[in-house]
Amino acid sequence: MAELRMRDALREALREEMIRDPRIFLMGEDIGAYGGSYAVTKGLLDEFGEDRVKDTPIAESGIVGVGIGAAMAGLRPMVELMTINFSFLALDQIVNSAAKLHYMSNGQISVPLVIRMASGGGSQLAATHSHSLEGLYAHFPGLNVVCPSNSADAKGLLKRAFRDENTTIFIEHTAIYGVKGEVPDDPDFLVEFGKANILRAGTDVTIVGYSGSVHQALRAAALLEEDGIDAEVIDLRTLRPLDIDTVVASVKKTNRAVIVEDDWKFGGFGGELSAQIMERAFDWLDAPVARVSGKDVPMPYNRNLEFAALPSEEDVAEAVHAMM
Amino acid sequence: MTHQQISLPAFNPPEPGNEQLGMFLYQMQLLRRFEEKTGEMYTKGKIRGFLHLYTGQEACAVGALNALREQDRIVTHYRDHGHALARGVDANRIMAELFGRVDGVSGGRGGSMHLYDVSKGFLGGYAIVAAHLPLAVGLGLAAKMQNEDRVALCIFGDGSVGEGEFHEALNLSVLWKTPVIFFCENNLYGMGVRFAESLSTQIPTLAAAYNMPAVSINGMDVLEVYRETQKAVQYCSTGNGPYFIEAMTYRYRGHSMADPELYRLKDEIEQYRKRDAIEALKQHMMERGMLDEGGWQDVVSRVDHAVDEAVAFADASPEPGLDTLYDRLMAEPANG
Repeated sequence: MAELRMRDALREALREEMIRDPRIFLMGEDIGAYGGSYAVTKGLLDEFGEDRVKDTPIAESGIVGVGIGAAMAGLRPMVELMTINFSFLALDQIVNSAAKLHYMSNGQISVPLVIRMASGGGSQLAATHSHSLEGLYAHFPGLNVVCPSNSADAKGLLKRAFRDENTTIFIEHTAIYGVKGEVPDDPDFLVEFGKANILRAGTDVTIVGYSGSVHQALRAAALLEEDGIDAEVIDLRTLRPLDIDTVVASVKKTNRAVIVEDDWKFGGFGGELSAQIMERAFDWLDAPVARVSGKDVPMPYNRNLEFAALPSEEDVAEAVHAMM
Repeated sequence: MTHQQISLPAFNPPEPGNEQLGMFLYQMQLLRRFEEKTGEMYTKGKIRGFLHLYTGQEACAVGALNALREQDRIVTHYRDHGHALARGVDANRIMAELFGRVDGVSGGRGGSMHLYDVSKGFLGGYAIVAAHLPLAVGLGLAAKMQNEDRVALCIFGDGSVGEGEFHEALNLSVLWKTPVIFFCENNLYGMGVRFAESLSTQIPTLAAAYNMPAVSINGMDVLEVYRETQKAVQYCSTGNGPYFIEAMTYRYRGHSMADPELYRLKDEIEQYRKRDAIEALKQHMMERGMLDEGGWQDVVSRVDHAVDEAVAFADASPEPGLDTLYDRLMAEPANG
């Protein structure tokens, strides 16, 4: 076990996988000489050379398309899109080609591609640079959508993504790149897709989060403990595939569910999760499923307004108290 | 017309022999008759969805695809039946795909705009304009990284040129010297808008601006298309990077079966029909004693037979089972 920041755990995953599989190469904006906007790929250009660590022009659609083509031809590309905010420019390639080619070609073509992007607000980057769109990508059949909350999962899930035959949208919350956590040293340490993680066992309420919002959920659980409420905290880890069974089993035990996410509430992933809980565990619920989400506005720049627009642990605790 | 700023190595591909010309003639007639039949099947309701007929553009597909080698790969646009046929994809299975049947090349899941036959290096028709241009660069990049001598032929229409992906793909392809032949079928219309009204310059001028050889050729002449594409294959397969061909052509039918063609005059279509690629090759062969009327009739009847057989095959093929709806949504690992 080593204690690593999430960005370092991600880099370890890239390094180990590149050593394991010569078909893997990396492409992206400023991933080489600059070392990556969030320093995830720092040093990899020196170690692996410019054939396997390619700096690209600023052309999101183009480089995702090149990744798809290279994956179709038997390579294992990873494309880093710097941030999820820029992924809109590549949306057609992701949705119409990466997600659909296997199905449309009746299984003749596969697109084993990893697309990494940073997400989340909280850094006063304002409306165009603070998106949390995990749920948007989860909307599309044919993709894996992965959003780790800690260093060990980041490493294990990213390594797992390179061993998949499909396209994985790998989303990293900017607020937790620097958070340290224990990471296994085993080069074959993998975290399976579609397996949620119960981070804190509890009996009174189930709090479900993913990516950065897991941390609000955990801090809320600590606040609630002071009030004598024992919360169970579940980290979904992957939205597609979704481990609804673990969530439902927990809700059947606690009889209450709160979903925490940075994304907008309206039409967001929390709505999907809430509906699935309702479909599977309606009779066990003692209160309506609650959602604590980002507010339905473009992210404002002002620090106080931004704070008000994002879900906090106090918001989560308040939602729990309201249903007890 | 050549817009290249790059000096090309001397390469004069061999002229096609009698047998090869006969094959070109057969293939062009097959593409023509196949499309006439699919139009007929559409009006009968056997084929649904969007149907974009290739009639008039046969010389492009037959000339370009025959210049490729077995190991080369192809991605193309949604007017893709002709390219698939010219690559040797089974006509029966293409028709079955148009019928939405289980024996279709895409198992009835793709339809007219999404034909795939990986065994032939035919990696698809793409129905979002210009989306496949970056994919072709990826195919070329993969061939280069794997030290394989394969070129990617990327066929698209003049309508693609206004898309950002056109420019992104050309730029990346030259930067990374990928073996890609960008083959633009300029049929003068992006749906109903004249290309001259949607582009502020000439297409090869744009390509040349990205530092690749770019030629404009007569896409109604199969021999010219064949010759120029062979040059492109030679250029790309010897490590020089991409090559751009604009083939000037014309579609006789509307953009799709739903097109009332309010944007052009019947007279314009007639003018192009006088330059018909099949007639031109027929004349060429007859003048040189390679073909007589009996030989032509033989081509016609062999093609008619093949097309009728394709319809019969498609009609006999079962519909996909409803229990297959979720199959092959996600690819499974090869070892499990």
